[in-house]
Amino acid sequence: MTTYHATTAHHSYSFGNLKELLAKATPARSGDYLAGVAAENDRERVAAQLALADVPLARFLEEQLIPYESDEVTRLIVDSHDREAFAPVADLTVGDFRNWLLRYETDAETLAELAPGLTPEMVAAVSKIMRNQDLILVASKCRVVTRFRNTLGQWGRLAIRLQPNHPTDDPAGIGASILDGLLYGCGDAVIGINPATDSVDAVIRLVTMIDELIQRYQIPTQSCVLAHVTTQMAAIERGAPIDLTFQSIAGTEAANASFGVNLNLLDEALHATRALNRGTVGDNVMYFETGQGSCLSAEAHHGVDQQTLEARAYAVARRFEPLLVNTVVGFIGPEYLYDGKQIIRAGLEDHFCGKLLGLPMGCDVCYTNHAEADQDDMDNLLTLLAAAGCNYFMGVPGADDVMLNYQSTSFHDSHYLRQLFDLRPAPEFEEWLESMHVVNDENRLLPIGEKHKLLSPSLEGRG
Amino acid sequence: MSENLPAKPAPVTLDPWAKLRAGTSARIALGRAGGSLPTHEWLDFKSAHAAARDAVHNVFSADQLGGEIAKLGEQTLVVGSAAPDRATFLQRPDFGRRLDPPSQQLLEAFVPPPERPDLAIVVSDGLSALAVHTQAAPLLAELLPKLRHDGWRLAPIVVARFGRVALQDQIGSLLGARLSLMLIGERPGLGSPDSLGAYLVYDPKPGNTDAQRNCVSNIRPEGLPIPAATDTLHYLLNESRQRQLSGVQLKDQRVLQ
Repeated sequence: MTTYHATTAHHSYSFGNLKELLAKATPARSGDYLAGVAAENDRERVAAQLALADVPLARFLEEQLIPYESDEVTRLIVDSHDREAFAPVADLTVGDFRNWLLRYETDAETLAELAPGLTPEMVAAVSKIMRNQDLILVASKCRVVTRFRNTLGQWGRLAIRLQPNHPTDDPAGIGASILDGLLYGCGDAVIGINPATDSVDAVIRLVTMIDELIQRYQIPTQSCVLAHVTTQMAAIERGAPIDLTFQSIAGTEAANASFGVNLNLLDEALHATRALNRGTVGDNVMYFETGQGSCLSAEAHHGVDQQTLEARAYAVARRFEPLLVNTVVGFIGPEYLYDGKQIIRAGLEDHFCGKLLGLPMGCDVCYTNHAEADQDDMDNLLTLLAAAGCNYFMGVPGADDVMLNYQSTSFHDSHYLRQLFDLRPAPEFEEWLESMHVVNDENRLLPIGEKHKLLSPSLEGRG
Repeated sequence: MSENLPAKPAPVTLDPWAKLRAGTSARIALGRAGGSLPTHEWLDFKSAHAAARDAVHNVFSADQLGGEIAKLGEQTLVVGSAAPDRATFLQRPDFGRRLDPPSQQLLEAFVPPPERPDLAIVVSDGLSALAVHTQAAPLLAELLPKLRHDGWRLAPIVVARFGRVALQDQIGSLLGARLSLMLIGERPGLGSPDSLGAYLVYDPKPGNTDAQRNCVSNIRPEGLPIPAATDTLHYLLNESRQRQLSGVQLKDQRVLQ
């Protein structure tokens, strides 16, 4: 078995295998300490990064972190690898891959062509030796455009998922939050509800409610009720108007099994949703959420560090040509990402890795109240990810999710970014907002009168 | 004269749909300064976050709480988990699931009565000392008389610093109890810094999974008030003792009766 070595001024280090090397090269975070795979100290961490920089990218095609025989995610990664696309970087080490990514000549087109030639492990490896500005710069070169009823991910655009959750799925309460978001110019990524109750009836009720709203006002957007994939499939069978099918996914077969999913099931979901043919400008119909730490939480991590496992979840996602993928970066809690510094780093890594693998990455920039983080940390990550070209963020009323009990980003936050970086909504949605007199042609919110069309009694009756 | 001057534009644009707040506790119709959160709404958010943070980081008055519970007529013991401080506790949930060595020795040295106790109650700060300080003793004051009335034999009530839910397994097992009930501070939401959770497990022993527990959540005046929580726990405890199980097999079927 190959071992990996590095010598620093103080000490000589060796690492037994690629899995150990990657884990010890990972910037410090609580989840890797909890799993017992982190470097013992900063010197060992940098030594691992030095050794990792010398590893040929091709090595990741030979040495699997989780055996091919026992994990269908590994099989997916290996079997779908495109050697032709890999050719431009096939002779590089991880260290030189970083240099190659940073070159002026490496542009959006180059990176889009390269994506099928990259494996999650290669992308995770290079991210571990990149500083935050590298993660931002390289990600900002990537463009991943997806379509359903509008066009997401173009240059100069920023979309928002309208997240109108309510503790008891009360239609009036959810309607009120949807209205609030639309009048703040949000909802182009998706109007997506996390239901309090995972039942087929609840999915049908909620998805029908949003569908009526979308049709009544001819809103160029899509809906989703983020129940378990099997619940949504049952709703499709009963004729529910499902636009997107959602599922949480992770980077190992065992972790996905703990979520009650596998690749075949997701295949079925993709085909069932596409068969409804509800998109108007495209057929990207899947929506995935991920997050560092989910494999460890499911006791299905195989001794691999949580950031590499997160990148492996993106290999699962990309097989299904999703409209939306977002990491829910600070939701899982301080035992995985302890503070603002770790959450910010993880958010930048996840966005970078997803984009490099060709995914339409968004981010739920968020934290819980037992994490060492606050709104200032979220502002920092939000700003850095917008600079990196993140496809979408969450829009939660006042950033306070009253169902999931965590803090995400708000409708107001989107206007901060729209002003700061001159970002506009998805083009079809922007046109709708202007026609509804919600924003003007300079991308600024207009005052809303009491007689605004969206405030009509019929909507309030529902809402 | 001032009334002849043009009116200054208001710095905040109000949202004319504030009446929709009746349907949700979500922060809607906040208004805006430009596109940003107005000052009052921003500071209101900070205030709620401060309350939640303080709930997480409040020092747990375990001895004082033990004294309050002792006044309800039960023997109490104060112990600590293997987490030495708050920062470690937050990063190492595994430490919060087992006792520190002196506490383990204390419980091992406890001589159980000749008849096996039915129930070991554990009270721990968890993620909100505030929740435990405000709700635990009043809840026990209502629950204990009902249990005594039904003939429950109680082990000493254990007050544990820096505990996670599964600490009830080790404590219940050391005290030789048939069941264990953990009252623990839940992760605070912005509007709910004082939310208490109650977890019940039949046959407490290390290695039990969460699927074997029943949870009664959001115990606080604005959520599930103490009288209703007491009734639910009283019902679940009796059912669990009688049917000798807990968790997914034990459902609250009172509404069906």
